[in-house]
Amino acid sequence: MTDNTTSPNGAAVNDKPADAAEPVVELRGAGKAYGNVRALHTVDLAVYPSQVTCVLGDNGAGKSTLIKIISGLHQHTEGEFLIDGRAVQLSTPREALDKGIATVYQDLATVPLMPVWRNFFLGSEMTKGPWPVRRLDIAAMKQTADTELRAMGIVLDDLDQPIGTLSGGQRQSVAIARAVYFGARVLILDEPTAALGVKQSGVVLKYIAAARDRGLGVIFITHNPHHAYMVGDHFSVLRLGTMELSAARADVTLEELTNHMAGGAELAALKHELAQVRGVDVDKLPEEKDLAAL
Amino acid sequence: MYVFFFAVASPFREAGSLANVLYESSVMGIMALPVALLMIGGEFDLSAGVAVTTSALTASMWSFQLSMNIWVGIVVALLVSLAIGAFNGYLLVRTGLPSFLITLGTFLILQGGNLAITKIFTGNVATDSISDMDGFEQAKEVFASEISIGGVDVKITVFYWLVFAAAATWLLLRTKFGNWIFATGGSKESARAVGVPVTFTKIALFMGVGAGAWFVGMHILFSFNTVQSGEGVGNEFLYIIAAVIGGCLLTGGYGSAIGPVIGAFIFGMVSQGIVYANWNPDWFKAFLGVMLLLAALVNLWVRRQATRR
Repeated sequence: MTDNTTSPNGAAVNDKPADAAEPVVELRGAGKAYGNVRALHTVDLAVYPSQVTCVLGDNGAGKSTLIKIISGLHQHTEGEFLIDGRAVQLSTPREALDKGIATVYQDLATVPLMPVWRNFFLGSEMTKGPWPVRRLDIAAMKQTADTELRAMGIVLDDLDQPIGTLSGGQRQSVAIARAVYFGARVLILDEPTAALGVKQSGVVLKYIAAARDRGLGVIFITHNPHHAYMVGDHFSVLRLGTMELSAARADVTLEELTNHMAGGAELAALKHELAQVRGVDVDKLPEEKDLAAL
Repeated sequence: MYVFFFAVASPFREAGSLANVLYESSVMGIMALPVALLMIGGEFDLSAGVAVTTSALTASMWSFQLSMNIWVGIVVALLVSLAIGAFNGYLLVRTGLPSFLITLGTFLILQGGNLAITKIFTGNVATDSISDMDGFEQAKEVFASEISIGGVDVKITVFYWLVFAAAATWLLLRTKFGNWIFATGGSKESARAVGVPVTFTKIALFMGVGAGAWFVGMHILFSFNTVQSGEGVGNEFLYIIAAVIGGCLLTGGYGSAIGPVIGAFIFGMVSQGIVYANWNPDWFKAFLGVMLLLAALVNLWVRRQATRR
């Protein structure tokens, strides 16, 4: 990704894996304006198969806008959006799905009152029989849902229970398994761990790794650098609508990542302001040059 | 409920009374089915009551005033009913306004239009009798005949009602479209995100209500030969009540087709039972109100039990 982007320390970043030839999804200088509000500006991102690309950023950094462009909910207004090397302009989520881009939304995109298996196949139901009596192939759907969920390591005793009765982590996992089953090549996860406890988050991270091992390119949106660092191969930090950092795992440490997330340079400026307030001990806070080096 | 009236009202015990109760239930129940499906899909239709009258008026006046075969009028009425449904649905998905507002508007348009247009063509508030028109007997056979079972005459609508209920159940639980109805009503955004054609589903549901209104309108026309243009006002709430008593969630996403069948049957029993028990029929609405509240509370309680595990 972002071969032409330089990280803050001036070194060119080149994390393109040797074995993966082409990125499945690529953004080049992409941006999005809502009226005259620029939510996203000159963002570069590349997603390779069997890699987890983490997109980090504070609230309002443009993470949601970024995934909405890739998942077809919104259209980009500047730059290029390429799928398999070809420039595209998606107008519906259906189009993105057809191109193999599946999104698991923050609000899960499940219908709480519907059974697990119906949710699993929602929008892509299996049917049998000729037209006037074409009906849902319920046995096959339940069977497939069960097999697929088990393949991802999710065991549910009753697929007929409303999905709303599952825990947040389980629901995420079902949504991920669904995307994998329906032939997704790129899986976008929008803050999958945001509303979860430590243990539930671990469950979800496990499924992210499982999806990656099955050859999917994963875009993992989060504001938690610790979660990102556990599974990520590449990290992109968004800040006020632009890319602040883009680095491969080898080129960045968890501390650096955390610092960027916390808004490194701004923290240093804040330190100088705090220094003028009596009673605040600033000696132990890092200097701006230390932070800038990150 | 049945046992209650069975006990207090001796005339209620006759087989003929049951046929009456079933008839009363069926006329309302046929309409309650598409209304319930629409409600599961997350919307409701206030124009459903007068749309029935509109359909009957259209068929009647088209045939009589243009001196055409009655079947021509029936087909035109079907097209008009479907168009009203499509109009409601299209306006709803295009504007994103709540269905309450849009169908309230349609309700008023139809109510006024029914009266005014009927007066223009017939100079009266009711249509002319169509009993001597071509095809009348044939159409009456289809929409408003009686079938004798063991010496008791049962109106044909009762059978239609049960067939339609079975078809609606199948549609809801065994087809793709049924899945979409639940999803559209349960969470519109989620449904759209996974590729469910939400717009299509909503418009189709409104058109389903149109088709129901057409069927009941035809039944009324061929039962009475003539249609009062002011009829149907207030019935839209009865359909919604039947669906709610039957367990459909007002906010969508939950319900069944059997529910409104039971709801309509309860409705029929109450309305007929009060007459058979020799009570003042003025109490009917009050009774219905109590039923509605009880049903709503029971539904709420059942759902809480179901989702708490």
